[in-house]
Amino acid sequence: MSSKYQPVIGLEVHAVLETRSKMFCACPVVDSTVGEPNIAVCPVCAGMPGMLPVINQAAVEYALRVALALNCTINLTSIFARKSYFYPDLPKGFQISQYEQPLAQNGWLTIDTAEGEQRIAIRRVHIEEDTGKLTHVERDGERYSLVDLNRSGVPLLEIVTEPELHSVEAVRNCAYALRSILRYVGVNSGNLEKGLMRIEPNISIRPVGSTEFGTRAEIKNLNSFRSLERATTYELARQEQLVEAGGAVVQQTLGWDDARGTTQAQRSKEVAEDYRYFPEPDLPPLVVEKAWVEKIRKGLPELPQARRERFISKYGLKAYDANVIVAEREVADFYEAAVAAAKTADAKLIANWLTGPLFGLMNEAGVEVGDLRFGAKQLAALCDQVAADKVNAAGAREVLGVLFAEGGSPASIVKARGLQQISDSGQLAAWVGEVIEAHPKQAADFLAGNAPLLNFLFGQVMQKAGGKANPAAVRDELQAQLSKLGK
Amino acid sequence: MSGGLHELSAKQALAGLRAGKISSVELTRAYLERIEQHNPRLNAYLYVAAESALQAAAAADKQYAKARRSKGGKLPALLGLPIAVKDVLAVAGMPATCGSRILENFVPSYTATSVQRLLDAGVVVLGKTNTDEFAMGSSTENSAYGVTLNPWDETRVPGGSSGGSAAAVAGRLAPVALGTDTGGSVRQPAAFCGLTGLKTTYGRVSRYGLVAFGSSLDTVGVLARDAADAGLILKVMGGYDPQDATTVEKTPKLEKPSGKSLKGLRIGVPKEYFIEGLSAEVENGVREGIRQLEVLGAKAVPVSLPHTEYALPVYYIIAPAEASANLARFDGVRYGLRVAQDDLIEMFKRSRGAGFGPEVKRRIMIGSYALSAGYYDAYYGQAQKVRALIRRDFDNVFKKVDLIAAPSAPSTAFRIGAHGNDPLEMYLEDVFTLPANLAGVPGLCVCAGFDGQGLPIGLQMLGPHFADERLLAVAAAYQKVTDWHKQAPAL
Repeated sequence: MSSKYQPVIGLEVHAVLETRSKMFCACPVVDSTVGEPNIAVCPVCAGMPGMLPVINQAAVEYALRVALALNCTINLTSIFARKSYFYPDLPKGFQISQYEQPLAQNGWLTIDTAEGEQRIAIRRVHIEEDTGKLTHVERDGERYSLVDLNRSGVPLLEIVTEPELHSVEAVRNCAYALRSILRYVGVNSGNLEKGLMRIEPNISIRPVGSTEFGTRAEIKNLNSFRSLERATTYELARQEQLVEAGGAVVQQTLGWDDARGTTQAQRSKEVAEDYRYFPEPDLPPLVVEKAWVEKIRKGLPELPQARRERFISKYGLKAYDANVIVAEREVADFYEAAVAAAKTADAKLIANWLTGPLFGLMNEAGVEVGDLRFGAKQLAALCDQVAADKVNAAGAREVLGVLFAEGGSPASIVKARGLQQISDSGQLAAWVGEVIEAHPKQAADFLAGNAPLLNFLFGQVMQKAGGKANPAAVRDELQAQLSKLGK
Repeated sequence: MSGGLHELSAKQALAGLRAGKISSVELTRAYLERIEQHNPRLNAYLYVAAESALQAAAAADKQYAKARRSKGGKLPALLGLPIAVKDVLAVAGMPATCGSRILENFVPSYTATSVQRLLDAGVVVLGKTNTDEFAMGSSTENSAYGVTLNPWDETRVPGGSSGGSAAAVAGRLAPVALGTDTGGSVRQPAAFCGLTGLKTTYGRVSRYGLVAFGSSLDTVGVLARDAADAGLILKVMGGYDPQDATTVEKTPKLEKPSGKSLKGLRIGVPKEYFIEGLSAEVENGVREGIRQLEVLGAKAVPVSLPHTEYALPVYYIIAPAEASANLARFDGVRYGLRVAQDDLIEMFKRSRGAGFGPEVKRRIMIGSYALSAGYYDAYYGQAQKVRALIRRDFDNVFKKVDLIAAPSAPSTAFRIGAHGNDPLEMYLEDVFTLPANLAGVPGLCVCAGFDGQGLPIGLQMLGPHFADERLLAVAAAYQKVTDWHKQAPAL
């Protein structure tokens, strides 16, 4: 994007509320990307004649958790509405959603941007039901579609932000922040590939300095954060080119083609579909008790933003490290448990070992905190060994490798592998003396001003010590003996 | 006692069953014989469940015999009583066509709560009765499976949409039947067939398993020979259902008159129900009925429901709007009629085009239009506002009176085809019954005499929300001193 135009982007996020049963019937919520089709279906979610919806209270509670975490105003009375359109994945011919009076509105969340923190307004949060899934088949020259209703009636939360995102980075950070909140409050595992969270950016551009909105296009079918970024970048460039060439952006829904890296028109909003919304007569208005809302509010965990601030002030972490650690509740919990268990290691040291070597191993293996073969206590114990100079960094990495692969206790791994750090001054002085004696020329050259030779001599000492010598002590001893030699 | 078994009311039949004087198999067989004899002509039933009915009857007899042997044990309230069920109510294993081609071969796997509660109480389902397609109509002429004839005069309609149930009970092809009332579909056919028809308070009887027409208006009701029989059915099928979010958890308790005297009962007579277009004979019959209630001790006072004239237009926006969404599920994808096409939209169009009849199509179009962007506020939004005024009219009047008495329909049963060319004329049939549905209040129709042609005249009574029992009690008192309800057509 050139500096001539400002991107104006809002997000519409659909998140599955991962309750036990569906929104309006007792069918279980199952992973619709694996397993048999149509195993979690009943007359209600199949839209059979005479069937009626009944509200799943757990889904309302989940929705309230998110709405409260997003600082929304809760409408104690909200209305379900029918959104009508024909499609084979929509059994009733209408979707039960919320329209004029949503569950919650007027909230906000904080995100990081290049210009610092930004507060993004949340327009509304409402509950609706998911549709089924169609699979289009072409076999032996015959084309047909298969309908799977496992997903039909699964509770969905729709979160709509105001169009206040002005860069691809802000879009990404906003999506991450929303995902993080959904995971923190325990309603959604944040898996985009499985469609548990679907992000649809609406994108427009306007000349820098203008306060009017340009015509927007909506992008669908984004099933990863990467495609969200790519599609947004692509669409911004496409709109700019179009406008620069004297054209106009058409209001439309675009589909992202991940393989080709382009957006394509799905349907034009010029012939806008008329959903004929009206209040769902089968459901009385949804009334939530104020006391219940307050109970849910009190039960909310510390949210990522607050936790980040606390990590910075309490543990002295850098903003970047704090961000990385709080992004997932399990990681932050793991970190805090380690800090609590540590005896000599401080919080910063533990943060370094967590976000550095341990994240490295986890990323490489594609493993989450919950899958680790060792616990926070073991990480704390390892960092304690480091802090107490009982093992040096190289040794500690080796211990971490063993913990990661097999689990166990850091102390016994250190012992079993003979990784205890040698800090005995007599032993170190003897090794240093031997090295200087064996390399008189290098010692003399160093004293004559060739400073890098110190590293050579250091390396020789470490070699003698089998890598286990306390590196700081070795350096000190080398300096001491060399300076004595130079006098 | 055989030969006259079909003449017993439900209450009498149950007494006979309990006393061991008759068996459920005999009773059921008597009705099946009546059905076999008269249904080919009357077309009251669309489906007769002879085999399963006789099985259920035999099981009921066994249970009675066992109870008699062991001298005691509580028996289900309606054990062995045959009933007929309107075809818009689901009964597992029986077709539920709703009078429509689009559901010609549809057999639900589930049973409506109202029917299930009756089954749990021991009833024997004789079969499914004819209805205007998806309950849209006032004559059963809109059924895809042919009109039902009025047993009082077979050239006339039985009313609708629960015309099949009404004809079945009037013709003694069932002791009692379930109907549904969205705009008068129980009360108007009850009037045309000389029956006691109860439209229950909205929220009193579960709609689960009732194929929806206008969800905020639909109620399950009863067509019976007298108030006592209707009460037996209501008692069993009413009450909160966790599967219908619009049923009420606790029914407010209302005092009810007991015995013969109606002393202290205040009856409102709304002037808006005695208007041009109401036949003189019907008006006379209704006024005579009110006089009879006064003889019993009630006091009749004139009242006004000023927004009555708007009920018809309001109803014909709200009901079709809800119907347009309710009927969207009939798309040929999962069940019902499918006209296979290569193109999806074409399949939807052809399936629905072939499956729905003209009145249903008309209402889907009216409803879709009323809900369209740009028209919503002027039609649906406005109708909801006026609906609130109509409801308030009733609230106000019920502060002053205990119930309202009025005609059920502008005329007695009309000839088949009389309103064939003009849907508006047909819509006017419901002008006296629609307001109760818009307000959600209960209504009851009793036979209050016959016109010069021997056709029954209906007296309608409306009560406050959840005053269903009060209406039944007043009707019962009325029926103690009159015998209109005991008349039966000669078949």
